[in-house]
Amino acid sequence: MSEERFDAIVVGAGPAGSVAAYCMAKAGLEVLLIERGNTPGAKNMTGGRLYGHSLHKIIPNFWEEAPIERKVLRETVTFMTKESEVSLDVKSEKWNDAPSFTVLRSEFDAWLAGKAEEAGAMVAAGVRVDELIKENGKVIGVRCDEDEMQANVVIAADGVNPLLAQRAGIRSELLPKHVATGAKEVIELPKQVIEDRFNLTEDTGAAQLFVGECTRGLQGGGFLYTNKNSISLGLVITAEEFAHSQYSIVDLMEEFKMHPAIRPLIEGGKVVEYSGHLVPEGGLGMMPPLVHDGLLIVGDAAGLVLNTGYMVRGMDLAIASGEAAAKAVIAAKEAEDYSKQGLSLYQKELDNSFVMQDLKTYSKAPAFMENKRIFGLYPSLVEDMMVNLFKVDGVPAKPLLKEAVGTIKHYGGLMQLARDAWKGVSSL
Amino acid sequence: MKYLSIEERLGTTKFIVDEGMPHIIVDKTICATCQEKPCLRACPAGLYQLQDNEIRFDYAGCLECGTCRVVCLKKALKWDYPRGTFGVEFRYG
Repeated sequence: MSEERFDAIVVGAGPAGSVAAYCMAKAGLEVLLIERGNTPGAKNMTGGRLYGHSLHKIIPNFWEEAPIERKVLRETVTFMTKESEVSLDVKSEKWNDAPSFTVLRSEFDAWLAGKAEEAGAMVAAGVRVDELIKENGKVIGVRCDEDEMQANVVIAADGVNPLLAQRAGIRSELLPKHVATGAKEVIELPKQVIEDRFNLTEDTGAAQLFVGECTRGLQGGGFLYTNKNSISLGLVITAEEFAHSQYSIVDLMEEFKMHPAIRPLIEGGKVVEYSGHLVPEGGLGMMPPLVHDGLLIVGDAAGLVLNTGYMVRGMDLAIASGEAAAKAVIAAKEAEDYSKQGLSLYQKELDNSFVMQDLKTYSKAPAFMENKRIFGLYPSLVEDMMVNLFKVDGVPAKPLLKEAVGTIKHYGGLMQLARDAWKGVSSL
Repeated sequence: MKYLSIEERLGTTKFIVDEGMPHIIVDKTICATCQEKPCLRACPAGLYQLQDNEIRFDYAGCLECGTCRVVCLKKALKWDYPRGTFGVEFRYG
């Protein structure tokens, strides 16, 4: 095998890697896609929702053939306290124009890697890549156990734990404040029950994010996505929070399930899988250099995730990065220049696309989210204001404004609230 | 819907354990010097536990997320993914 030299070796058959392999194979390149799981998708997990736009550009109307779960036409953001929930609930047919879908990655990633294989890429599953092989500072291949495989370019799509780049001395260790730990349960329920509970039709789905009690005020939140025959329910909490917190994610996950806002939604369901994952949420602050001699870094390995608090995006960025990397490799092959300079189209493509532009637009979001008041104090403020609004107990009522001013005062005053609101508005 | 213990939860997930080949090795002498021990609370599989004031860790049941790798600022872990074909195998993901 060491005699053969591929145009490109892609490490990791997640969305970024499989799309890169697909695009390069389609252009006639010799591509090897290596996946450590027994099948592509076996190691991968998402909350999960896929915003469809970037894959639609590559495989038009992919949802007609891909194993997606439901098209999300209902979005809910919920502030949650111990006893209350206050939600913003939006339903719209307008999202049909740029649809997003709930997905389960085991099946979805297998399909996408299958597309790469159909296009001519060679897929090697069940193989762990141990390290990049470098020669004169340039990446020339990968080592898997005893085997060495060579290529003009390696695309590292190895996910959030950037072991390959770290071992090659290309990037430093992730910081606990830059990543969030996710835990998820897939809870099986009959299709009809899901549609009745969430007010859905046969193919439409709901997405819900939670802030507050579910993380006990720790930086992070809860999520719920409806699949065809199951619900994906979980928590994501910034890893740094666990250094000083008394709470564990293991306990918080089950307490979230038992919360009065969640319990009726999953009643009668059966947990069919528990999973965990790390999310690179540090944005530009954690992004390593992405273009090297003979090496491109894509997807989660490149830190391409956007967390704006009311939405989390990763897979659509990963897919766009895979496409951009493929374009750069195709151009490098034409020019027969696989140096950093020869592959620089990758960075240009990213810079000119929504990927870097959105990351820049939301570049202050990670710092804004470190504000403890968002996760601890403000859900209680919202509860006090909204619950009191609808409370009638015979105690003489205060005028609405006076009531609101009193509540805000209790939570740090109008100036503090205005400052946080301004920071929020200007960073999102 | 029942409150499930972590063991019950991990029981729903498929693992192909690489017997005798742990992919994470914990240096307990370093753990002994760690005050915070964030691994105890951060591991979503609850695999780090304190017994008689000593960290106990079992690699079977690892969800391969990498959280412990990142939160362990004392660098007490030798961390790798399991060998190809071994480890967690998500049926849903």
